[in-house]
Amino acid sequence: MANVKTDALPEIKVGLLVIGAGPAGLAAAVAAYDRGVRDILICERQDFAGGILPQCIHNGFGLKRFGEELTGPEYAGRYEKMAQERGIKIEYGATVTKLSDDRRVTVLSEDGMRVYAADAVILAMGCRERPRGALPVVGTRPAGIYTAGCAQKMVNRMGLLPGREIVILGSGDIGLIMARRMTLEGAHVQAVCEVMDHPGGLRRNIVQCLDDFGIPLYLSTTVVEVEGEERVKSVTVAEVDERRRPIPGTERKIPCDTLLLSVGLIPENELTRQAGISIDPVTNGAAVRENRETSIPGVFACGNVLHVHDLVDFVSEEGEIAGNAAADYLANKEKIETAPVAKIVAKDGVRYTVPELIGDGETEKVTVFFRVSDSFRDATLVAENGDGVILSKKVRRMVPGEMQRVDLPRAKLVGTVTLSVAPKA
Amino acid sequence: MENVEKIRRFPCTVCPMGCELTVDCETLTVTGNGCPRGAAYGVAEVTHPTRTLTTTVALRGSDRVIAVRTDKPIPKELLLPAMDFIRAYVAPENVRPGTVLVEGFMGTDANLVVTGK
Ligand code: SF4
Repeated sequence: MANVKTDALPEIKVGLLVIGAGPAGLAAAVAAYDRGVRDILICERQDFAGGILPQCIHNGFGLKRFGEELTGPEYAGRYEKMAQERGIKIEYGATVTKLSDDRRVTVLSEDGMRVYAADAVILAMGCRERPRGALPVVGTRPAGIYTAGCAQKMVNRMGLLPGREIVILGSGDIGLIMARRMTLEGAHVQAVCEVMDHPGGLRRNIVQCLDDFGIPLYLSTTVVEVEGEERVKSVTVAEVDERRRPIPGTERKIPCDTLLLSVGLIPENELTRQAGISIDPVTNGAAVRENRETSIPGVFACGNVLHVHDLVDFVSEEGEIAGNAAADYLANKEKIETAPVAKIVAKDGVRYTVPELIGDGETEKVTVFFRVSDSFRDATLVAENGDGVILSKKVRRMVPGEMQRVDLPRAKLVGTVTLSVAPKA
Repeated sequence: MENVEKIRRFPCTVCPMGCELTVDCETLTVTGNGCPRGAAYGVAEVTHPTRTLTTTVALRGSDRVIAVRTDKPIPKELLLPAMDFIRAYVAPENVRPGTVLVEGFMGTDANLVVTGK
């Protein structure tokens, strides 16, 4: 696509262009509409709305949003309906190939290529699974190795079972969910191996997906070799030390025909980078203000493209923040951009925060999402500015796999603000 | 009943908060729950554990499958027998999200309902 001249393409003006009709994009569009924006277009590269949700057929979605436990397709359906009721336009099969720093969005679909000149843009492209190539697994490259999400699509959308004897590497939520799913479908899940010393996924998934079916979870364990010529025949697993290096002598061969990988998700930010938007090296998403505005005025980001969430309810919430902010931006475009008033720095025990920049908003409190780097019990969460401690809060339990949130007093957010965890004394 | 554990500790799985519950199996008192749903779950878990079944069924006239759920949790021990039923079941054409496929699924008071499109 690199050589296609976009100057010659038809240019269409649009108020708000949302990239992606997953939970973040739909919530953002709905919120913007409800705040008065009418000229909204969502570009979705798949031919359906809901992003990954239609293949997440398990329940557990929506407890915070709707006060009931919905499955992925049901949750997506609710938001799709809200968008439909408002007459929000969604172009399906429409892939965004380029985003420029002046909010020109190049879109490719069956109808050809065109450029939208948008007054505001919301990035809601979601994330993708970390591929196998990124893994330090040696051995042959036989058939029978899938990412957990790919296996999920095969089973839940196509009705195909990827294998019978399964080993899962990584205890991310999709891997755990697939352990149960494949067991229900008659496969035998031998084990879930997690290189870290704590599970990657939500605790409820450990109970409902592994414990319920007696599937063992091996912590501090990884797959060191895959054996098999045409098809996976076995994998060798080994325990790892604190630096995640396999410990010699702990190797064990597990016969299996399938290896599923659930080793993490990466925000999909090619377009963001291309536009020159500054990216946070920890989240791999844009560095944003509390209204989810990126370093380019009028460009906002929300959901898994910004940082990987574990609950879709929070994705929708973040979509609303971005949608509201885009509406406000469109309502006073002439407003002069101000420099951020504070920067939040993640310190001891805190891996990252979203937002990391604070603008000149008016709410009394700023909700900050963050993740911890270790498991903590009865620890104290501490926020400090240049003058001293602005918040000190006891927290019963924090684990890396579960996103945390804290409300900080806006008036105290000036200059550099650090957020850290003081472990139990 | 001497050797039955008197106190059991396990995380509440009703919502993703994952509160750590402590249940006294004799008095059926629950502590550690962040909300009343957790107390009910704690008691149910030590007396008659239930789970919502989510899976897919074959669709007549299609090589695709369609997502379904039980509209209420069913006894946990029925999950695998229910899957034997599901494997032999074919949903009619023209089902929509919300369509009830089987009433009183597996002899429970739950229905099997379409969730997917
Ligand atoms: S006790 Fe209530 S808040 Fe805690 S996990 Fe259970 S349902 Fe959620």
